[in-house]
Amino acid sequence: MNQRCAVIGIGQTHHKAKREDVSIAGMVREAARAALDDAGMDYGDIDAVVIGKAPDMFEGIMMPEHYLAGALGAVGKPMLRVHTAGSVGGSTAIVAAHLVATGIHKRVLTVAFEKQSDSDAMWALSVPQPFAAPLLAGAGGYFAPIIRAYINRSGAPNDVGMKVAVKDRLHALKNPYAHLQLPDIDLKMVEESIMLWDPLHYLESCPSSDGAAAMVIAAEDVATAQEKSTGRSAAWIHGMAMRSEPTMFAGRNQINPQAGRDCAKDVFAQAGVTNPRKELDCAEVYVPFSWYEPMWLENLGFCDEGDGWKLTDSGATSLDGGDIPWNCSGGVLSSNPIGASGMLRFLEAALQVRGMAGEHQVADASKALGHAYGGGSQFFAMWVVGSDRPA
Amino acid sequence: MSDALETQDPVTMLSTPIRLDYDFTAGVAQSRSLRGYAEGRFVGQRCPVCKKVYVPSRGSCPVDAVPTKEEVVLPNTATVTTFCVVNVPFAGQSIEIPYITASILLDGADITFMGLIQGIPADEVRMGLRVEAVWVPKEELGPTLASVKYFQPTGEPDREISTFREHL
Ligand SMILES: [Zn+2]
Repeated sequence: MNQRCAVIGIGQTHHKAKREDVSIAGMVREAARAALDDAGMDYGDIDAVVIGKAPDMFEGIMMPEHYLAGALGAVGKPMLRVHTAGSVGGSTAIVAAHLVATGIHKRVLTVAFEKQSDSDAMWALSVPQPFAAPLLAGAGGYFAPIIRAYINRSGAPNDVGMKVAVKDRLHALKNPYAHLQLPDIDLKMVEESIMLWDPLHYLESCPSSDGAAAMVIAAEDVATAQEKSTGRSAAWIHGMAMRSEPTMFAGRNQINPQAGRDCAKDVFAQAGVTNPRKELDCAEVYVPFSWYEPMWLENLGFCDEGDGWKLTDSGATSLDGGDIPWNCSGGVLSSNPIGASGMLRFLEAALQVRGMAGEHQVADASKALGHAYGGGSQFFAMWVVGSDRPA
Repeated sequence: MSDALETQDPVTMLSTPIRLDYDFTAGVAQSRSLRGYAEGRFVGQRCPVCKKVYVPSRGSCPVDAVPTKEEVVLPNTATVTTFCVVNVPFAGQSIEIPYITASILLDGADITFMGLIQGIPADEVRMGLRVEAVWVPKEELGPTLASVKYFQPTGEPDREISTFREHL
């Protein structure tokens, strides 16, 4: 990285099934305004805007960044749109940070959103393809067979996924922004929910949410000045990486994709992290279906291959006494405004190291991982943020 | 505003279905596989470098980035590498739920594709199950994978999962 940069402003909406009170423009503005207020800035202070969302087909609005330029104060300023399917919120944050790290801009506003109530993602992800059998059945239909293969390969007990589903919803009860608030959640409730995509129960799947996320990313001099004037500390970016791989090639490891392993290796090397389980205080990882927690524990090197489920099973990833809490915010399993879901992971990692995560704060968190993946596990984006400036 | 309207709930959202028709050009390589379906057979291609067989053919190897020209006709028999029981209804769905979608590895192929499994109760489908393609009647065959009605069990012993791990 050429120049140090940091997150100095964070904003998000209260994620809900339907935000009928606002348009998409109103919704993204809500998150952007909150991030600017946190940063002690106004739209006029921003040099450029970087925006991301899931494919345009979801809401049926082509290139919505054009329509949103006014709402985001981007008229007459550089504005970039990022496209990496479900990982887009993470990739968008990284593109924004690159604009600062490379010295092109000093203050970049980055925003991501989805308004699932204006769209039909299940339909959009299941559109019959030309000359093919109409067998697609949403994201769950794509990932469930891979999960089945993971369970078979690892020998994990069948209830590990349900344990993740319970744990993340218990975490969500500590996050007022989280969409799902299920105070009575327990294993029985998950087990009794309908089996949507065997082996995945309804409650092992993410909800459909409306929501937006935003951050202000600034160069070191700006970040230092704003820390002084606002009295709020910055989250310093210690490493950031993106990787991708084709969805279809012979010999592809779909359970533990190489792109994810390579991305983790890169981001941890940049951040000087050799043992993520020990050296990180917490992680916000894109887990839209319960079993992706143990699968990504392995993919990201928090344990050896085949051992991910043991960490989950032992409670290691719980905010309640675990040594490496995952998704203290409730994660994607509790709020899923798809395009924003990746940015929420990045933003929640930053909140933790700023000590601003409220009830779901990990005590004295100083280093955290934000992670997103998308498409058929072919896009990965990760960053490591810390309370201290990188060396 | 009339009295009749005043008693109605406000309109907060409306669905406006739209349609989009488009032309899709399959390309030279995929067209070979599509013509194969119209003849009731699976046509793939072998990479000249890694020797892996891709079906449907795609014209190039995504690993070696070289054109694939050698054509390979594959049999109707296959192995279920993994699967999912779909029990979620959604707009535009054309198959009655619950149904089973499986990753199908044709004998001699190195890549899986998604297929429908029938002729076996849902709770008896397993990884390694041996299946065969059942094609639609000859007069209904067309250049589409929908020419395969479904895959059904052959009755052969299951294939050991360890023998197809690299395809998961
Ligand atoms: Zn090859």
